Formats: sequence, C-alpha cells, structure tokens
Amino acid sequence: MTDTTALLEVRHISKFFGSVNALRDVSLTVRAGRVTCVLGDNGAGKSTLIKILSGVFPPDEGEFLIDGEPARFTSPRDARAAGISTVFQDLAMVPLMSVWRNFFLGSEPTRGWGPFRRFDVATARERTRTELGAMGIDVRDPDQAVGTLSGGERQSVAIARAIHFGARVLILDEPTSALGVKQAGLVLHRIVQARDLGLGVIFITHNPHHAYPVGDRFVVLKRGRSLGDHAKPEIERDELVRLMAGGAELDELAHELERPPPDVADYPVDTP
Amino acid sequence: MTAQPTPVAASVPPAGPDERLAATSWLTRALRRPALGALLGAVVVFVVFTLTDQQHLWLTQTGFESWAQQASFYGIVAVPVGLLMIGGEFDLSTGGMTGFTAIIAALLVGRAHWNAWAAIVVTFAVAGLIGLVNGYVVVKSKLPSFIVTLATYFVVRGLSIGGVLLVNHGSTNVGIGGTDHSGLDSAKAVFGSTFAGNPGLANGYATEILWFVAVTLVAVWVLARTTFGNWVFAAGGDQVAARNVGVPVARTKVSLFVATSMAAALVGVITFTQTSNAVSEQGVGNEFYFIIAAVAGGCLLTGGYGSVVGAALGACIIGMAFQGVIYSGWDSSWDFTFVGGILFLAVGVNAFIYRRATRARR
Repeated sequence: MTDTTALLEVRHISKFFGSVNALRDVSLTVRAGRVTCVLGDNGAGKSTLIKILSGVFPPDEGEFLIDGEPARFTSPRDARAAGISTVFQDLAMVPLMSVWRNFFLGSEPTRGWGPFRRFDVATARERTRTELGAMGIDVRDPDQAVGTLSGGERQSVAIARAIHFGARVLILDEPTSALGVKQAGLVLHRIVQARDLGLGVIFITHNPHHAYPVGDRFVVLKRGRSLGDHAKPEIERDELVRLMAGGAELDELAHELERPPPDVADYPVDTP
Repeated sequence: MTAQPTPVAASVPPAGPDERLAATSWLTRALRRPALGALLGAVVVFVVFTLTDQQHLWLTQTGFESWAQQASFYGIVAVPVGLLMIGGEFDLSTGGMTGFTAIIAALLVGRAHWNAWAAIVVTFAVAGLIGLVNGYVVVKSKLPSFIVTLATYFVVRGLSIGGVLLVNHGSTNVGIGGTDHSGLDSAKAVFGSTFAGNPGLANGYATEILWFVAVTLVAVWVLARTTFGNWVFAAGGDQVAARNVGVPVARTKVSLFVATSMAAALVGVITFTQTSNAVSEQGVGNEFYFIIAAVAGGCLLTGGYGSVVGAALGACIIGMAFQGVIYSGWDSSWDFTFVGGILFLAVGVNAFIYRRATRARR
C-alpha cells in the first residue's frame, strides 16, 4: 500500500435520523489516483454516506479527514471548496439546456464590468468543446440540449464538468445504474480517466460487475453497517458478488426458487 | 498494490472531426429556435390583413402606429411574463396590476397633489414590493404560483375598487383635474406622448413603442448573454439540479416576479400619463393576453424553454389582430375567437418545434 495521505477519509462515522440508525461505524479512505467503490443494495446506507461525504449534512459520530486534517462541512459548497465534487444521480444537469450552458451552470465565466458584466458565451462554448474533447467525449454539437444526449454521454459530461472545476475527489452516485452495457462501459472509461488524472474517485454502485474492473478498494454496506473494506488483491469478483448479495441470503433465495425439473410423471393430475 | 489499468467492456469512440456535424443543417438550427412559430405567425397575420384591408390604412404610418401601440401595451408585460414562464412560474396578477398602478399614480398626482415623478417612483416601488411578496410567498410556501398570484390579483383588484371608492369621494374614476401638476408634463413626455409626428397627417408614434422595444432588447440580452439568464433557464428547467450546482434559484425567481410587477407598473404609468386618468377595473383580463403572447412566442408552460423575441412577436400578433379586424371591416365581436384560434395554432406549431429541438439528432 502507498504511504501517501488519504485525500479523504472517514473513520467510524454514524448517522441517526430519530430512532433510525441510517449509518453505523463506517470507515472509508480514498487516495489520489485510486478508485474506492462503495457497494450496497437499496437501503444499505449509500445515500446517507454520499450526503455526508458531499457535505449535505455532517455525521453524528466519527471523524472526517481531508488531507489528514479534521474537517466539518455544513453545506455542499464547503465540500466543493475543499475539492470534493459529487455527480449526483440526477446529474445536476438541466435536460432542456444546451451542453455548454449546462457545463458552466452555476459557475459561469463572465466578462465586462458592473451592470455590463455578462456571461462570456464564446468562452463557455469554446471551453466546453475543448474540455470534452480532451476527455475524448464526442459531443457532436455543444448547442444541442443535454436531454438529447444518451445516458452515458450525460454522465460523461457531468464527470468532465466536475474535473474541469478542480475536483480532487470525485464522488459518483450510481453513475451506471440506469445504463445499458455499452453506455455503462463509457462511464467506466471516464472513471479510469479521472483516476489516471490523479483524482480520488468514490464510485457508489450496487453492481459488483461494474465496480470490480475499476476499483482499487471495495467497501460493502449492508443495513447501515460496513461488511468490511477490501483491497482488490484480497478479494475475488465472485466473493464480492456474494458479499454484496448477502451470501447466505442468496443461497436461501436460490433454494426457495429452485424447483425439480418439470416431469409430468412427478405431478399426477388430481382427478375428483 | 498497483493501479493497473483494467479492461473495460466497451471501447471509447474515436475522437476527431465528426462527419455527423454536417447533419445539423440551417433548417434544423432554425427549427431549434423557439421564436420561429411566432415569427411565421406574425408574418402570416400581417400579410392577411394587408390583403383584407378595406380602409387602405394597414400599410400606412397610421396603420402601423395603431397596431404597434396595441402590441406595445401587451408586449411590455408579455416579455417579462415570458421570462418568468421560462423560469418556471406564472403571474396572473399582472393585468390587475396595470390598473392598480395607474390608480396609485393618479391618486398621488390628482388627490395628494404630489410631483408626478415622485408619484411614479412610489408607484414603481409599490409594484416592486408586490412582486417581491408574490415571489417570496411562491418560493417559501412552494405553492403553485398560479394560485398565489391569483390571490394577489383579487386582492389588488379589490383594492383598486374598494380603496378608490374610499379615498376618491365614492367614484371609481380618478381624474386629475385641469390644474397644473408639477412634473406631469415631463413625465408625459417620457411615458405618454408621441414622437416623429407629421403635422397635418398623423400624431406620430407613441413613446410606449420605444418602451416596448427597450424592454425587449434588455430582456433578450439578459436571457441570452448574462449569468442571470442562464439561471432563469435552469430554474425553470430543473430547479433541483440548478440548486445542486449552486444556482440561487429562489433569488432568481423572486427577481422575475419583481420584473413582471414592475413591467405592469410601467404600463400603468404609461396609460395614466397618456390619458391623465385612471379607472378601477382597467387592465383586468389583460393577464391572459400577456400569457397568450408568451405562449404563442414559444415559452413552454412547464418552464425551462422559450424566447423573449417570441413573446414580443406574440404581442405583435395580438396587436395586429385587434387593429386588423377593424381595418378589414370585420365584426370586432369575433376578436376573442380570433385570438383563441391564434393560441391554438401557436401551441400546435410550438409543440412541433419543441419536439424537433429536444429530439436526439444522431
């Protein structure tokens, strides 16, 4: 393992909503140029974890370290300022707006002064084209509405945007969940690209087949608890799938669903 | 452990010049503009009235002046109403506001004997405040703006009847009398007079038209070329997404409500200075024309899409319709049906353009 300080680390964090214990004693680390995958089924606590990491709310217990220093975020703005950029599932993109208007939404480049300060449209268009081109993203026309892009292209634009705005840690919330095989592959390529650019990536997913090829570490969540933090060499893909699906539960399910081969002779017709 | 590159299921598409770009023809580009339907509609309406003109006035200065002024009356408010609709909200109080603000100005000048400019400043301030309340209530309560501004509309309408009866000796007609009022002449010159008059021929064009052009130009610039304009699209298109990337959605919307109220006040001040008079209930019902103009101009009822130029063209269509019917010698009782037909047509054409604009082109 490298001895570089983690870009972002949480230790033994917990979160309560009234009497509901949404997250209990979860630890996670992400280093520069590495991909940490967070796996979990629905209700495992992934969303709560993302919201803590992206500064929506602080954890009730546990430590939150940025570059090894304790940090406390009270808003997503704080997290962004610390270089933590989250690509939410809804992508924070407006489908009816053009690619370049979306790319700079909320951080528009301006020119001019005072009341004549204006959105630098030419720069925004040009930089959108070059930034996406640099990542090998092929938007045919930056003027087309984001809603007309495919799912994978949309995720790609969102990731490129996060990288452009100086993210050091990229949190991706289920970026492949609604996508077909080919489109998901496109997104996995972006994850690898971000990693190779030296970003720390936290990839949240419920699909171990997407996580395993790109991940360096795997944290599996279940019912708010961590089922362990595994480095890639320590764990096989099949083991990850089993862990994720809840091992014994899956066996039980398989048993329940199993039926003897349909043989008419075994099922005599009951004649009254 | 190493961060060795791992094989991934699909391949990255090749970068480089894209032959598919050529597919975005000028026609596609034109069809992507939400104002196209309104432009075609305006041209058609203009040509129709040119052909049906019975009084040989349609193509004269008088003809142009008459519909342009009518268009300005609707357009000054329709343009910010269009902006607000792009921002995802409605304002039904605008019609009542045009009358209410005219009454405030008339009362301050005619009854309180204020300087006309002071009265106008206060009128705009009151309108701005009402817009602020509209916006604030909509943003805070998360109620549909349709309902909130409908309430405002009735409150304002009641005030401009009941309130006026109270302070205006039981009359709903607020005149300002024949006496001299300080500042009124200069205020008239700016808001309610004409220019480029031709002695012995015509009165010239109403300054109202200049205000319409100015409001439209400012709105076009704001929407297309400012950060605020980008926020307007985002607030109407997907406010959760907009908030997530740091767009001040609430502030954007409140600003737009203030803009529609102030625009209504501008029309109120213009009509007051033109006629030196204000009547309760004037302007009532106009909110529908403002919205019709914006919708005909390609503004989507659900927000996030639309055009300022389109809203202005929509106002021109309505202005032309009302005046053209007169010049053509048609029965003007059919005005409303005509406007309704235009609305149907415009919505149909715009739905088509909208589908073209948002359809995947690949």
